[in-house]
Amino acid sequence: MDPRLAGVRKRLAGIDRIIAVTGGKGGIGKSVVSVSLSLLLAESGLRTGLLDLDLTGPTDHVLLGLDFGEQFPSEEFGVDPMLVGGVRFMSIACFSKQSPAALRGRDVTNALIEMLAITRWDELDVLVLDMPPGLGDTSLDIVRLLERAEHLVLATSSRVVLETVRRTLDVLAQLRTRVLGVLENMKSDSSQAVEQLASRFSVPYLGSLPEDSSLELATGTAESLVRTPTARALREVISAVFPQVRGS
Amino acid sequence: MHEFALADAVISAALETADKQNLSHITAIAVRIGELQQIDRETFEFALKEVIPNSEPRLAGTSITLEVQHASFRCRACEAEFTLDQTRGPLVEDQLEAIHFIPELARAFIRCPDCRSLDFELLTGRGVSIDYIEGE
Repeated sequence: MDPRLAGVRKRLAGIDRIIAVTGGKGGIGKSVVSVSLSLLLAESGLRTGLLDLDLTGPTDHVLLGLDFGEQFPSEEFGVDPMLVGGVRFMSIACFSKQSPAALRGRDVTNALIEMLAITRWDELDVLVLDMPPGLGDTSLDIVRLLERAEHLVLATSSRVVLETVRRTLDVLAQLRTRVLGVLENMKSDSSQAVEQLASRFSVPYLGSLPEDSSLELATGTAESLVRTPTARALREVISAVFPQVRGS
Repeated sequence: MHEFALADAVISAALETADKQNLSHITAIAVRIGELQQIDRETFEFALKEVIPNSEPRLAGTSITLEVQHASFRCRACEAEFTLDQTRGPLVEDQLEAIHFIPELARAFIRCPDCRSLDFELLTGRGVSIDYIEGE
């Protein structure tokens, strides 16, 4: 018997909402949206956690400008998340530092369960999960272990992305998961393809974020990330979901 | 010390089992500790006692036994089998600490002693698991 599963249920009991930022395809902005969303929620006074679940390619710490140095997270009855920009943050990179780890499916599941079982989130209003690309072990494990997670599906109007997101929405529907809505990223034209895709699956179209050339410059500083055009648009979008977040 | 988190998970799992199987008393819990995670046995034993709620009659006098299981690996590239001792030489303190937190990070630091491949299978001895829970 794996005792960690009971530990996971206990560790997450104090979290009000869990939002999994997903989208199937790599490079469509899941990490930028996850980090920006977390910072905006924390800025609005919500107790917010962020867990980077891209276990083989974690990057949220880069966006947040965290240098782990030789330090490991502090421990007391579990492992404490790091605090950055008001967000309680955890990533496999807190432990692996600069070293890459090539993980097979069973390892991904085990590492994910271990992180959920040992991290002390305590009381949170929202825990944001930055999901990896694809419909692999992490996605299925999150659906299995965190039934109440709400999936925020990211898409762009690229035909390649739309094809992947269509499959993602199909699987999420078959797994009977809760989809918070579809958020369009990198919008640069008047295409309504993403809106139509959301409508086809009867899930809300939450709005759009612009193409944003300022993101590279803002990378590495939490204060800068909440001032980008992406963050401004995201604030508008999420103010409809979280009344605590005020739009412009 | 995250031994407390794992000990807490063991006790929570035992109580969940008691709930599911309608047990009024848990007589024995057998816990296996995988060598790879390098759990400090004394700390873990202490933590197991500490996390049992005082007001929990189902865990009064429960026998908890711990058995350490050696870690063993098989290389997927050359099929050599090896132990943690055979790889431990090159590992430094920080790497052992990372594996202690998340045993899968062995893949970041351990290499097959024969062919140096990073693609190996963990056969035994990963982390904390429960062999059995007995009750009445």
